[in-house]
Amino acid sequence: MKHFPAYYTIWHKSGHYGLRVFAFLVLLFLMLPILVIMPLSFNAEPFFTFTEGMLSLDPDAYSLKWYQEIIDDQKWRVAIRNSFVVGICAALIATVLGTLAAVGLASPWMPYKRVITALLLSPMIVPLIIIAAGMFFFYTQFNLVGTFTGLIIAHAALGVPFVIITVTATLSGFDRSLFVAGLSLGASPLKVFWDVVIPLIRPGVISGGLFAFVTSFDEVVLVLFLAGPEQRTIPRQMFSGLREQINPTILAVATLLVVLSALLLFVLEALRRRSVRLGGTG
Amino acid sequence: MKDISPATFLRFDNVKKSYDQKNLVVKGFDMDVRQGEFITLLGPSGSGKTTVLMMLAGFESVTSGDIAISGKSINNTAPNKRNIGMVFQNYALFPHMTVADNLAYPLSVRKMPRDQIKARVAEYLALVELSDFGDRRPGQLSGGQKQRVALARAMIFQPELILMDEPLGALDKNLREQMQFEITRLHKQIGFTVIYVTHDQTEALSMSDRIAVFNDGVVQQCAPPSELYERPVNAFVADFIGENNFVSGKVERIDGESAQIQTDAGTITAQVADGLTTGSDCKVSIRPEKLFIHPTDHAYDNALTVTFNTRIYVGDFIRYYFKLPDGTDIIVKVLNDLSAPEFNDGADAQLLSLAKDCIAFPDH
Repeated sequence: MKHFPAYYTIWHKSGHYGLRVFAFLVLLFLMLPILVIMPLSFNAEPFFTFTEGMLSLDPDAYSLKWYQEIIDDQKWRVAIRNSFVVGICAALIATVLGTLAAVGLASPWMPYKRVITALLLSPMIVPLIIIAAGMFFFYTQFNLVGTFTGLIIAHAALGVPFVIITVTATLSGFDRSLFVAGLSLGASPLKVFWDVVIPLIRPGVISGGLFAFVTSFDEVVLVLFLAGPEQRTIPRQMFSGLREQINPTILAVATLLVVLSALLLFVLEALRRRSVRLGGTG
Repeated sequence: MKDISPATFLRFDNVKKSYDQKNLVVKGFDMDVRQGEFITLLGPSGSGKTTVLMMLAGFESVTSGDIAISGKSINNTAPNKRNIGMVFQNYALFPHMTVADNLAYPLSVRKMPRDQIKARVAEYLALVELSDFGDRRPGQLSGGQKQRVALARAMIFQPELILMDEPLGALDKNLREQMQFEITRLHKQIGFTVIYVTHDQTEALSMSDRIAVFNDGVVQQCAPPSELYERPVNAFVADFIGENNFVSGKVERIDGESAQIQTDAGTITAQVADGLTTGSDCKVSIRPEKLFIHPTDHAYDNALTVTFNTRIYVGDFIRYYFKLPDGTDIIVKVLNDLSAPEFNDGADAQLLSLAKDCIAFPDH
């Protein structure tokens, strides 16, 4: 039993437990839809419900056939490949551009800092559908609609704000005199940037890059507008899967995505801890 | 540039700095530094001393004037090409590199062969007595150790000039004294030239060959420590360096080097500072340790009549607070021996001093 301060009345105590129950319910509400798809993805039947066999834990009611389906189905294979190609390319572009932008914005001599920051962060704030419509008309002019280049550029633009935010956060703990010290030791500004600044802001750069990747990976609105059948990504495939051929393959894909996201989250956390350990800021 | 004596290593020639094109932060700085000298720029914060250092290091541009090393102007040389070592207040060690890698950095930038780097790093680690710490990261060192690494890193590429920007500011008192000793030792042993910036006058007095006292963008006086303390050229220096009493009065007569000053507490014979004119108001500075309380065996030229206010026991000496007739405090430091007298509150006393210890400054 928890030890309460002596002045606690019954109301204090019930409040204490009430808060816990409430917090738990909120957590459940958030997690349940995600957790429930995991066992369902092992359903032997092509349904989205728990069969009686599943509930009685009958091994025959479970199968890996929907996972097999992902591998066998040409459409899913292409979608997975597309998602990774677009995600990785977009994340790389966003990371490079976002890092450079953050470094520039952190400089004390940067003019119009607020306006530029707001502009660069706007893809995060402006409703996606508006961005998508705008991009569609704009990209048409350059024949970028329905191409990988167009989709990658669009996703990179969405990812840049995440990189700017994470890198700016690490840079705020960056001691400018380290840069000055590097110069005084005879290294060129570019060399100091590479040898000193980059290693110290690396956690921010990597987590920003991961965010950018995830953003691209589960983005569907821009894909709907800008991608042709060739550029079908996983979310796009799931979206059409929901309408056309309802079967638990989608659940299997979703489960894989959850596992992937969880892994990325662990990587981020590990990075944060590492940077704290090295005396930098998290 | 005119007549540079061969001994001049570093020269500031009418260097000015303005950030906004209106106000000068540094108003015409001139100085010739000899090879191997230890020069301190001392002054209150905002007096322009750090700006001078930053212009020398190349991190601030020179608005007008010229900075030259060995006769060559460095105004248009990039900071990383100046070959000047620098020690920062917050150490500025690279936290992601080991101590040895920090030391090796300036050498690898200069493309020194790897085995030579290793030998040189070991040599300089030994020099700052940190031989066993090469594999540590800066985060695992104490403040004093970090500053020793920073010193070694600034010296390891053997620059002829090393700049130090309040390097001991972040250390506690004991460590600060140790590091003062350490810096002086390395300076003597290796013979580099030091430009040292501080607002701590004890530090400046105990380490420097010469001190430039800054105020309001102007060097008030540039002289060896003892001269600065004994012969300040103006009231600012007299007040800023060490502790001082100021007695207001009127100049009655000037006879060459000495003057008769009429004050409420009595007439004072004092040394004449620049700008003093007969009949004008003046301030006479007298150091607390140069005043004696009557009766005394010391010889004296001047006597001031004051009233006793309070007495503070400091340990090795005792501080007496007296009041001048106009109400200003006058402080006397007396060694804590049998000669330290006792007074009743408000009692009258006589303070005695030598004419050579009193300096009369014009009072603006």
